Amino acid sequence: MSRAFWRDDRFIQFAAQLIVLAIVAGLAFVLVQNMAASLQRQGIALGFGFLDNAAGFDIGESLIRYTNADTFARALLVGLLNTLLVSVLGIVLATVLGVIVGIARLSSNWLVNRLAWLFIELMRNVPLLVLLIFIYTAFFLKLPRARQAISLGPIYLSNRGVAMPWGEPTETWPIYLYIIIAAVGSAALAATGLRLWQERSGRPKPIVLPALGTFAAIAVIGWLALPQPPLTITTPQIAAFNFRGGLVLTPEFMALLIGLVIYTAAFIGEVVRAGIQSVPKGQVEAARALGLNGRRTLQLVVFPQALRVIIPPLTSQYLNLTKNSSLAVAIGYPDLFAVSGTIINQTGRAVEMIVVVMGVYLSVSLLTSLLMNWYNRRVRLVER
Amino acid sequence: MSATTPSLPSRAEVLPPPTERYTALGWLRKNLFSTWYNALLTVIFSAIVVLLLRGFLEWAFTQARWEVITTNLRLFMVGQYPAAATWRAWACVILLALLIGLSWGIWGRNQRAGAIAFGALPFLLAILAQDEARVALLIVGVAGAVGFALSRWRGAQLQRISIIGWVVYFPLVILLISGFGGADGPLPLVTTNLWGGLLLTLLLTVVGIVFSFPLGVLLALGRQSSLPIVRALCVIYIEVIRGVPLITVLFMAQLMLPLFLPGVTIDRVVRAMAGIVLFSAAYLAENVRGGLQAIPRGQYEAARALGLNTWKMMLLIILPQALKAVIPILVGQFIALFKDTSLVVIVGLLDLMGIAKAVLAQPDFLGLQAEVYLFVALVYGVFCYLMSAFSQRLEARLSVGR
Repeated sequence: MSRAFWRDDRFIQFAAQLIVLAIVAGLAFVLVQNMAASLQRQGIALGFGFLDNAAGFDIGESLIRYTNADTFARALLVGLLNTLLVSVLGIVLATVLGVIVGIARLSSNWLVNRLAWLFIELMRNVPLLVLLIFIYTAFFLKLPRARQAISLGPIYLSNRGVAMPWGEPTETWPIYLYIIIAAVGSAALAATGLRLWQERSGRPKPIVLPALGTFAAIAVIGWLALPQPPLTITTPQIAAFNFRGGLVLTPEFMALLIGLVIYTAAFIGEVVRAGIQSVPKGQVEAARALGLNGRRTLQLVVFPQALRVIIPPLTSQYLNLTKNSSLAVAIGYPDLFAVSGTIINQTGRAVEMIVVVMGVYLSVSLLTSLLMNWYNRRVRLVER
Repeated sequence: MSATTPSLPSRAEVLPPPTERYTALGWLRKNLFSTWYNALLTVIFSAIVVLLLRGFLEWAFTQARWEVITTNLRLFMVGQYPAAATWRAWACVILLALLIGLSWGIWGRNQRAGAIAFGALPFLLAILAQDEARVALLIVGVAGAVGFALSRWRGAQLQRISIIGWVVYFPLVILLISGFGGADGPLPLVTTNLWGGLLLTLLLTVVGIVFSFPLGVLLALGRQSSLPIVRALCVIYIEVIRGVPLITVLFMAQLMLPLFLPGVTIDRVVRAMAGIVLFSAAYLAENVRGGLQAIPRGQYEAARALGLNTWKMMLLIILPQALKAVIPILVGQFIALFKDTSLVVIVGLLDLMGIAKAVLAQPDFLGLQAEVYLFVALVYGVFCYLMSAFSQRLEARLSVGR
């Protein structure tokens, strides 16, 4: 070797990495040392033991049984379930509305087209926080009291939220759950069988309708066969200050859900429009030339190709919706972030709580990504 | 064979397709009533639009109490910023108008209609405004016109100056707004707890853009690097930040920065700025990475063949092309950043949203949420719309060269 070793590329790269690592590790060390010192001065010891202490605060709404005697850990679980509830419902509804908006944006009807454009522009140019607080304070809190609730058929709107009829589970409900599982299983079995038959015979067979029929038949027969119906329908009754019976969705939940759904639907609408427009016109023309009708063209040619373009940006919209649900704290819905904020106020355990909350959001994001990437691989073009 | 082949018409015979012209009735028929379901949709949606619009207009002109906005306009714009120093905020706007005028004359020559509309804006606002604001708005309008006239007169020479102007502008704004020195100096210090309203929102955005840009570019380069440790560190940082909501990052900055740096007092606004910069850099890095991946390998190889080292190759060959390719996406991200700054209200800052909350707590204006938040939405909407219109022009302009 004629060159000195410090001129060697491999050495330089190795040294550069070592230096970067040393700087980052050194910085992290100093910061953590500082943090430990400040915490010690304040008399706080790091650790997650406090999560087993009694929380001592109430939570407005909960999917599981919770009282203020339960632990901080359970309070966090309540928050997480609330986050998941609003995210999952939001994702489903935003997808439905988003697809409608995206298709409306491509409508040949000038009015529909322009209205969809206006909706998208309005949503994209206003911060979600402003939208949420507007819906909450300027709409839901301005609704009349429960006594003068606005009635839309069996649904009542008031400043106590939205009250609607709901099924109360009875003693036979657990048995009925097994029947539902059996119905889903049979429907899946029927669909698989029909698909195999279609592939073997090479002729299109109806698949979706028979599968749905199987499910519905078993579900209905099961309902009727049980000695007592598994659900009794209760309708909301106006009591002194609130509703009795039925399902009452709080204004906080409704404002958060509606805000997240319409905000995200605008973005999903653009994603859907771009996806459908990305399918070349020639594909549609070729499908028509092969004799496929309008519905089959969409179903067999346009959608499968558009889906490949749509899935990746759609995934990031789902992730955005989940992360944006943390804005619940601004309108008082007890999601994960809001509950952790309360815990920080009560215990001063800021570091631990931030670590927990970030860790949970990160896990949820990663899980959603994994799921959507798996689906994306399924619809991706197989190239040889 | 040649006898059966239909002869292609020569170039002169090919006519452009006829342009479609409609009568008003024909247009209605084609666009609104082409099929029975389109006619039905048109009728239903027209009814909905008419009902909503009528309800809104009735409310806006008879019931709404807009005086909540007019009385508190100063609060909405600059918050608690001292009245004696308001001229500094105006000076920033005047300088901005001058720069926009200059740049418009140099780069946007054929957008005359837009220039007239934009140039008329300060004068129109001046009619509505009162006292000092009216004078200041008139100066803003004149500054814009002067900039435009200058660039028409000496456009070629001023190109360089206006680029330098834009680069110097942002640090200058921060210097002007914050000031330095004691109360008797030329620019007395205005502490950040007095910054508020739209002023704070815009400053958070500007600081976010200016500081997250270099950090984001560095992260993007790190993620593309061939050094495994550097790449891993950058990937971890980017993915962690992108996986958590902004509000948790803001909260972390608010609560943990004082723990990390004991002895140094960092005020709330600066902590929020740090949170925004750290958050925005991760997203910026991903956008820049998109640009880097769009550069063909040949560019790297050519740079190597010319004997450039890695840094020179990146700075002179790769980054200019990569950044140019993603400018429209970056503008989109800056719009998102502008909207995201509204979250600082949750950590207790008095930005536009914070002022809105404070105004709604005034005993004279209880229960006027609809008016206040519609106004706030309008302000955000106008700024976002202007930025996205600018990015569309930019996109059209940049794609011309390809």
